[in-house]
Amino acid sequence: MARYLAGRLAGIVIVLLIVSVVIFLLMHAIPGGPFDEDKVPLSPAAKANYLAKYGLDKPLPEQYLRYMGNALRGDFGIPFQSPTETVSGLIARTWPVSASLGFVTLLVALPLGFLLGVLAAVRQNSWVDYLTSSTATLGLTVPNFVVAIWLVLLFAVQFRVLPTGGWGEWYHYIMPVTALALAPLALTARYTRISILEVSRADFIRTARAKGLSSPQILWRHTLRNAMIPLLTVLGPQIPSLITGTIFIESIFRVPGLGKFFVTSILRRDYPMIMALLLLVAVVWSLVYLITDILYVLVDPRVRLDKKNS
Amino acid sequence: MSSSALSPLPIPAPAAQPRQRTLLGDAARRFARNRMALIGLFLVGLLLFIALFVDFLAPYPYDAADPVQALQFPSAQHWMGTDEVGRDVYSRILYGARISLAVGLGVTAIALLIGVPLGLAAGLLGGPVDFVIMRLVEVFTAVPALLLALLLISVFGGGLGNVILALGVVAWLDACRLLRAQLLSLRERDFVLAARTVGVSNLRIALRHLLPNALAPLIVAISIGIPVAIFAEAGLSFLGLGVNDPIPSWGKMVGNAMSYMRVYWYLGVYPTLAIALTMLGFTFLGDGLRDAFDTSAEQ
Repeated sequence: MARYLAGRLAGIVIVLLIVSVVIFLLMHAIPGGPFDEDKVPLSPAAKANYLAKYGLDKPLPEQYLRYMGNALRGDFGIPFQSPTETVSGLIARTWPVSASLGFVTLLVALPLGFLLGVLAAVRQNSWVDYLTSSTATLGLTVPNFVVAIWLVLLFAVQFRVLPTGGWGEWYHYIMPVTALALAPLALTARYTRISILEVSRADFIRTARAKGLSSPQILWRHTLRNAMIPLLTVLGPQIPSLITGTIFIESIFRVPGLGKFFVTSILRRDYPMIMALLLLVAVVWSLVYLITDILYVLVDPRVRLDKKNS
Repeated sequence: MSSSALSPLPIPAPAAQPRQRTLLGDAARRFARNRMALIGLFLVGLLLFIALFVDFLAPYPYDAADPVQALQFPSAQHWMGTDEVGRDVYSRILYGARISLAVGLGVTAIALLIGVPLGLAAGLLGGPVDFVIMRLVEVFTAVPALLLALLLISVFGGGLGNVILALGVVAWLDACRLLRAQLLSLRERDFVLAARTVGVSNLRIALRHLLPNALAPLIVAISIGIPVAIFAEAGLSFLGLGVNDPIPSWGKMVGNAMSYMRVYWYLGVYPTLAIALTMLGFTFLGDGLRDAFDTSAEQ
């Protein structure tokens, strides 16, 4: 296990290094720079000063090494679009907003989706089952910004019971969370249902029934525990995109999260912010994949990590 | 199967003409029995029809601005009203079908063009080639596709062609991974061993035995990739980073509607409805194809 973990962590570090080089090169390939006239009116001399101040007049390899050196010491630079704070400060200010939105969304979506999936499987072909499967289909196919617009039209424009957007009060969570939760909820419900139905056909369930266990006992002690395993694979990738903020939803509901910086940083050639954001996302993704694989072992003793599995 | 063991075995009818069964024939039969799949086929067919004949269907050109007629609610003249510069929303929605389809097909074509050769190389050659390609896949996986597309668009500039290019360049992962996994599992099957035993060359095994068997999952992957691409374009254009204005992208129309929606609700309703129906159509069609080709799910 320890050897496996070390190998995986080394792999993550290598991927991050490659990602950082690729992003750095791509970013500097974008025509235009952060201090061009269309962004800030500066005299050529002042512009040269700024470029020198941020080290942008140096050759690219030197800039890259300097950036990585500083980053390893925890200094991610100063965002050009908001020069009064640091990149770390800006992320520390806005990320909790996005993360809390994502966290509440998961808190709503996972238990509710699981419950719906269990009900749909236990009462197969009943109205609960049909309701669940049609919600799941809608939730998985209709893009979340479309759902968000429909929510605004319905609850803010037609019935006027909720504000169109904003942040700070509990009711500001309602519409963004609903729009965001639909997809993970649908995914959870659908996979819970499928995997319960699959597990119910397994031999050990028949054995449990044969030795006289009651249906609820079988459901709770045998079926559900095994049915949760495939869920891990499906839900893992949902988590990072929720925690790192969803650009569309935050822009529609005017949530002051991290989401909009993904767009503004690229538009304004804010090199330090671009690097920091993409590396942040890459780290979160890699860690979530790693944690998912480790959880597998904890949930399912049949899975062995040290063995080569391809 | 559950009939009594004592009953005599049914005697096969003599010389009953065995119906020729093919993979495609079986798949078509299963597909036709699936109601959702047929709905999907209908929606996609409708989209295709609109995209092809929009010049005859649309009552107005998509870029005919008439400021006097701006922000008119739906009426007999303008079935879905007019937008903030007086363009007919109905006509723009119809023309938008062409944009969405172009994005869906174009992105998928580019994704296949990159993903299939890489997947083939990784799955067939194995070894160091496989290692390098899989690390490449990993690097692309670590950066969200939408963000990478954003970065590429700012390098190459906006516009329909560049949006398709950028989305295609980030969309090849699935085709590559899928094809590689298929080939790895097919390579170990007995029929490959049999072919090798009788002296079939490696190239011929790859082309005549492995590739046809990996085709069905690839078709499914394509049909599932199309709505993802359409969604991504709508999203980028919604943020104002995709297709530029006179071109009637549904996502762009939703984005423009954001500031008017409080009063002019129809500006938000129709483009979102168009996006949702298109996504539903392609998803139903994709799911239907997957079930139709999935021989393991035979009841």
